[in-house]
Amino acid sequence: MTVTEAPVATRSSTPTVRRGRGTFRSRVLVPYAMLAPGIILFVAFMAAPIVYTLFLSFQKTKVSGLGLGSGARSTVFAGIDNYVTTLTNTEFGASVGRVLVYGFILIPLMLGLALLFALLLDSRRTRAAGFSRTAIFLPYAVPAVISSLLWGFLYLPAVSPFYFVFDKLGWDVPSLLSSGGVTFAIANIALWGGVGFNMIVMYTSLKSVPSDIYEAAKLDGASEIQIALRIKVPIIAPAIVMTALFSMVATLQVFAEPTTLRPLTNSLSTSWSPLMLVYRDAFTRDDIYSAAATSIVIALVTFAFSFLFLRVVQKRAFGQED
Amino acid sequence: MRTSIRVGAVAMATAAALLMSGCSANTGGGDDGPVELNYWAWAPNLEEVVDIWNAENPDIQVTVQKQDGGDPAITKLLTAIKAGSGAPDLIQAEYQKIPTLVSSDALADLSEYGAGDVQDAFADGVWDSVTLGSDAIYAIPQDSGPMMFFYRADILEQLGLAVPTTWDEYADVARAVHAADPAKYLGTFSSNDAGWFTGMAQQAGASWWGIDGEAWSVDIAETPTETVAGYWGGLVEEGVIDNKPMYTPEWNAGLNNGEQVGWLSAVWAPGVLGGNAADTAGLWKAAPMPQWDVDAPATGNWGGSSTAVTTQSDHPEEAAKFATWLNTDAEAVQALVTTAGIYPADAEQAKAALTSPPEFFSNQPDFYEVAAEVADTVSPFTYGPNVNVAYSAYNDEFAKAADAKTQSAFLDAVTAMQKITTDDMKKSGFTVE
Repeated sequence: MTVTEAPVATRSSTPTVRRGRGTFRSRVLVPYAMLAPGIILFVAFMAAPIVYTLFLSFQKTKVSGLGLGSGARSTVFAGIDNYVTTLTNTEFGASVGRVLVYGFILIPLMLGLALLFALLLDSRRTRAAGFSRTAIFLPYAVPAVISSLLWGFLYLPAVSPFYFVFDKLGWDVPSLLSSGGVTFAIANIALWGGVGFNMIVMYTSLKSVPSDIYEAAKLDGASEIQIALRIKVPIIAPAIVMTALFSMVATLQVFAEPTTLRPLTNSLSTSWSPLMLVYRDAFTRDDIYSAAATSIVIALVTFAFSFLFLRVVQKRAFGQED
Repeated sequence: MRTSIRVGAVAMATAAALLMSGCSANTGGGDDGPVELNYWAWAPNLEEVVDIWNAENPDIQVTVQKQDGGDPAITKLLTAIKAGSGAPDLIQAEYQKIPTLVSSDALADLSEYGAGDVQDAFADGVWDSVTLGSDAIYAIPQDSGPMMFFYRADILEQLGLAVPTTWDEYADVARAVHAADPAKYLGTFSSNDAGWFTGMAQQAGASWWGIDGEAWSVDIAETPTETVAGYWGGLVEEGVIDNKPMYTPEWNAGLNNGEQVGWLSAVWAPGVLGGNAADTAGLWKAAPMPQWDVDAPATGNWGGSSTAVTTQSDHPEEAAKFATWLNTDAEAVQALVTTAGIYPADAEQAKAALTSPPEFFSNQPDFYEVAAEVADTVSPFTYGPNVNVAYSAYNDEFAKAADAKTQSAFLDAVTAMQKITTDDMKKSGFTVE
């Protein structure tokens, strides 16, 4: 805070002469008073829970003897035990692995489709653009739990209209909820819900490009496809990077879709994704302490991934703007 | 990260509840006003039964606070116990949750309030699960779920098959049903329903936990459970029993269209069948479970709950009085049966209250006579302090096994359950043999 205050103080020295009294109050206290609601909300609902989680992650329950009756159960300092447990837990490693595979399937497909739709909508020859835009965006407005329930019905051969048709055609289509297909089944739900949002981000960014650039390209004889690939895509690269970052974070945190599908199939475990593992430990196994440690590890890994990704792509994506 | 926020939110909600309950306890529990008791429960229409008590007992007024179900209510209670405040006076607790609650010091001992007087009303197996085999009484049994075999009488008759009375016969009938129509199964092995599998292991003589002096024993990977797992693994490997979970839209459709010809379930099954397979009313019949040993008929429990008083209650004596009335008084039990639709644990009162069969089974006038006979044969079973861990291990390990469809995978799942459950207890510091 002192770093930001310093320039404020030096800059305020000139106006002090002009405006007279009350400057300290108006220049220093008033901005903080205005920031206060934000700071208080941030501390109460973001910082405090994080600190509390950190605090929990260094504790554990200690039971003595049979553990029955009062005083048999106490909370003790655990040191880094919970972190050691998390990092050596093969279930945790496996869940991270599954989520990475899921991300490799989902993110390129989702962003590719979003970019394709955004470019198509932006192209001059598209008709019914407003309707198409709404239709593609609409699934994003459906909560993940609802969409997972809907898709769950469509995946179950006995109640799915798709499988009814396959059956009539005499095709033997394996269930997407089998162990080989379940990752695709979940990725498909996320794809259905996510394409629209990413498309809107890219499309909005395309709309802010001045149209004289396209006209210049047209005059130079560029085709629509050339304009799209050589001009539009490079210009909206920052938006693509941003959507990729959001998608990566969302991928690491996938929870609602597999949790909703789990009761329908044998191929999803209660620790399929890292967050499902956290949920199970905290609320099914009643071990909030190791769940807290796992949460911290997931948060750190997510931060690390995000920074690494930005560092790698930032130069290429944002370099031209400088 | 979301979870950490949730944890914080729970802590704050608890703190808020703490402040509020602190206030209300002072105003409500004075000498001149009536005693006010809060009751967390999820049985349907329970508040109508409580209204009868409130009308008769102006000095002790009970308020039902509706809960989402067994698991969330217990999670909330454990949070309130940890926070030191915010718990209700009474809670509806499933039998398998009692050791966990006792181990967290959440339940008051009711033996000093005369709860022992009603012991004779309940079967020994049921009473054991509220005392944990000790002198303390941690809850009053409310309902029980003795397991029975439900089958489509019309389909078995059409195929000329007799109702199986032993597990060998069950396997033969399963083979015959599936051979007659490959879409049809006599049942499914569900990796989602740990309570269902526990009930079947219980029937075979398993008791997954035990107290031996000052140490717990974990006996999952023993002959009874291995026999049950091997039996189902064999049928699933053979392909004559389905391997898909219960309670899915697909399973519901199967019950309704006759692809699921039978269901190993509990006495509360008519309610589920009526909701999920309405088209088949009058076609089902109930029979005792197939047996391992016909000379010693046995069954397990799937479901069932009790009424417990928490350690945070300021009026445990009044709460114990209400809990006893709710589950043993003739008028209360009758109301539980008719408005809440439960199968009472109090055997005598159950007989008096359950005179006509459930509507869905109107074709079987002796439904509750069969049920009462079966309820008498429930094998003893001891639950341990980490049933939640064993159950979640069941979900994961048996899901893998059901997916693999081999008998050896089913047996491996039992071994894995034993290891996960034991490791968890040791990690927490329990003395385990």
